[in-house]
Amino acid sequence: MGIRKLGLAASALAFALALPAATQASKLTMGMDSEPSSIDPHYHNLGPNNALRRHMFESLVDQDEKQNLGPLLAVSWKPTGETTWEFKLREGVKFHDGSAFTARDVVYSACRIPNVPNSPSNFTSFTKAISGFEISNDHTLIVHTSVPTPLLPTYFANWGVISSAAGGVTGEIKYDKENCGIANFPNSVDFNNGKAAIGTGPFKFKEFVKGDRLVLDQNAGYWGEKTEWDSVVMKPITNAAARMAALLAGDVDFVAAPPTQDLERLQSNPKFDVAQGLSNRVIYLHMDQFGPSSNGVKGTGSPAAKYEGEGPCASKECEKNPFLDKRVRQALSKAINREAIVSKIMGGVAVAAGELLPQGFFGTNPGATPEAYDPEGAKKLLAEAGYPNGFELVLGTPNDRYINDAKVAQVIAQMFTRIGVKTSVNAMTKSVFFKTRNKYEFSIYLAGWGAGTGEMSNPLRALVGTRSKETGLGGTNRGRYSNLDLDKKILTALSTVDDAKRELILKAASKMAMDDYSILPLHYEVTSWAHKKGLSYKARADQYTLATGVSSTK
Amino acid sequence: MLAFTIRRLSQSVVVLFVMSVIVFAGVFAIGNPVDILINPEADIAEQEETMRRLGLDKPIWVQYGAFMSNALQGDLGNSFVHNVPALEIIATRLPATLELAFLAVGFAIILGVPLGMVAGLKEDSWIGKTIMTGSILGFSLPTFWVGLIFIMLFSVSLGWLPASGRGETVDVLGVPVSFLTWDGLSHLLLPALNLALFKISLVIRLARSGTKEVLLQDYIKFARAKGLSNYRIIGVHVLKNILIPVITVLGLELGNVIAFAVVTETVFAWPGIGKLLIDSIANLDRPVVVAYLLMTVTMFILINFVVDILYSILDPRVRLGGAN
Repeated sequence: MGIRKLGLAASALAFALALPAATQASKLTMGMDSEPSSIDPHYHNLGPNNALRRHMFESLVDQDEKQNLGPLLAVSWKPTGETTWEFKLREGVKFHDGSAFTARDVVYSACRIPNVPNSPSNFTSFTKAISGFEISNDHTLIVHTSVPTPLLPTYFANWGVISSAAGGVTGEIKYDKENCGIANFPNSVDFNNGKAAIGTGPFKFKEFVKGDRLVLDQNAGYWGEKTEWDSVVMKPITNAAARMAALLAGDVDFVAAPPTQDLERLQSNPKFDVAQGLSNRVIYLHMDQFGPSSNGVKGTGSPAAKYEGEGPCASKECEKNPFLDKRVRQALSKAINREAIVSKIMGGVAVAAGELLPQGFFGTNPGATPEAYDPEGAKKLLAEAGYPNGFELVLGTPNDRYINDAKVAQVIAQMFTRIGVKTSVNAMTKSVFFKTRNKYEFSIYLAGWGAGTGEMSNPLRALVGTRSKETGLGGTNRGRYSNLDLDKKILTALSTVDDAKRELILKAASKMAMDDYSILPLHYEVTSWAHKKGLSYKARADQYTLATGVSSTK
Repeated sequence: MLAFTIRRLSQSVVVLFVMSVIVFAGVFAIGNPVDILINPEADIAEQEETMRRLGLDKPIWVQYGAFMSNALQGDLGNSFVHNVPALEIIATRLPATLELAFLAVGFAIILGVPLGMVAGLKEDSWIGKTIMTGSILGFSLPTFWVGLIFIMLFSVSLGWLPASGRGETVDVLGVPVSFLTWDGLSHLLLPALNLALFKISLVIRLARSGTKEVLLQDYIKFARAKGLSNYRIIGVHVLKNILIPVITVLGLELGNVIAFAVVTETVFAWPGIGKLLIDSIANLDRPVVVAYLLMTVTMFILINFVVDILYSILDPRVRLGGAN
């Protein structure tokens, strides 16, 4: 008996030793800096949700870590006319419930997007250009748009496909902008409890305990290259110090957004490593370029005309707005020592900016260098503009939104003061900052912009296009800069399907915006991730933290 | 007793109403949730559409009216962020906090009362002085810092206990609890101790001053004269008489621990309601903040009520108002 037992144990041991390492259950635990608000891929169009969506619900088009487009559920696509596109879909793809992926699922997903109740930010910006779908066969989809939409493939990289069969729809789907005649779509709660969380992605939904953990399992039937992780646990640890402690204590293998002051220590620690990559997020200063007077400016004298329109100066006396003069804007740009900010405040974890997107992205001008630091030239320009003694300014900034945001603002205030523009900083928490900014109470403010599409039309359209409901420009242009020539260029680019032509127009538009000092770019953020030695992370320009990008180096 | 209860209840309704107005207006004044929740890339038309969808385009009194009429039917609204009923979110997060709070108060009683009594009995000895000095540390060290030091010491350096999260849970009557598994317990220990530190010091001080006072009373002298054992005098006569202030304070502190364990829960990434509150304030998730604070007020009212009743049981001289 005893001998038999021993023999069994020995053979079990031999069997275990003979097994390749890959069959051991591998688990990755990640400490995240924010938590998605829902598992529902169409509920909330915001960073944490969009990053999570990519694990479970794939889109037709992929955006790689540099935001270049590539095939995913679609193997190829091409415009067949000004307003028609043909997408060839991948064959042999199965949803997590085993049903096959076809063109109908794409149409069904597009139908659901406007029909998510109480969505705090929906995905219609990516589907509203679609006027109709034609399903040629199961794996060929023709898309019609109401206007020429060159960014359609990029838009198709931004929303995930859900299964129509799992949603209970098996008949024909006739696309319209309302609900395609479908009465009931799965609701967000069913995604959170996993019932409706059925996509085609490399990971399957396992468990979501709000505030504590989100567990994903590997999708064994994945069509593409399988991930090496059998199971991924994402823990929301929003406090940066606690997140670092969890990494040091070995509770998690990987953390997003380690604090910049800890990076050096982590890099010199033999047990840990840091992954870094240039992001698409530019930190900028926006200046009030709307009315004859501006809130928060002192020492410029009385305005030439009465202030009309929305803003605090409509109901109180404000002094003259100096930012309408391009020389003043240029002077402020020259006053900023961007290299010093990058090396001293950002600890080298940033790159000085000369445009709204880093070099190499679509639509940037090669060699667009950051404005050189020139305080003497700045003083001269101020004197020419009629302010030899400068003026007083309040610089608004959030203090918990971007990396070192309030510190950067303080340094800039000192640099402005050096050329005679006495600047004080008004730093506040992000919720209060955005409210104050959106009421136009700042005459100058610091903020950041990440280009979701990874090309130039995106920041130009949102930040320097004239605010207008009709054109869709200027959504975040709270400096209210307006230049009709620039608007025309942006709108032309947005409707030019030919890539080469569009790139030329965007380059010209970007140069125009920079030459006019419409907005002052400061630096591009470099994003960091920290992990145990033996792992590596493919740093992403969109700052997303994806389990699919983590791999072991052994 | 009945008159007392009715008067208390009608006062509570007024308090709840005033509270809802203050919180509603307060969160409204901070900012617009859509500014934070919406994707910055949304254009002006989409921003306005989202405001309409969430009902935030209406004037505040209209929004408050809608909230009130729903609240009277028991519906405190859906979270802007999570799109589930605010009360449901709070209910799913509450067990984690309750577990933490009860353990912390348990620590406070088990450690605080005996230590305080020892400090009161042996006031001038080194042991009494050490306890009192220790309690000063417990009072004055900030919870946030102590939490991080605990993590650095017990998790990072020694590697005994995990640094964050809740660990494995077991469902008891449908409520997930973590104190029944070793993994859950190991996650619970550090945050509970962190939360308890201040309460322990508080109880030590209360128990010490109570003990000193009671020892001088005639009935203690009488008990000694009667020849009762020292053990019985301290264990029954002294202990029972120092408990009234301890219960009053711990009752209120329990409310505090449940409602505002924000710092500890943040440091240890504990998925309780304190962390929920801080996240909801950051996101201006008004339905959750309002529901949370209304629940807190209700809880404090209840705790005060229970404490009043406990008084009358512990001290027969106390008569509840209205019973004359």
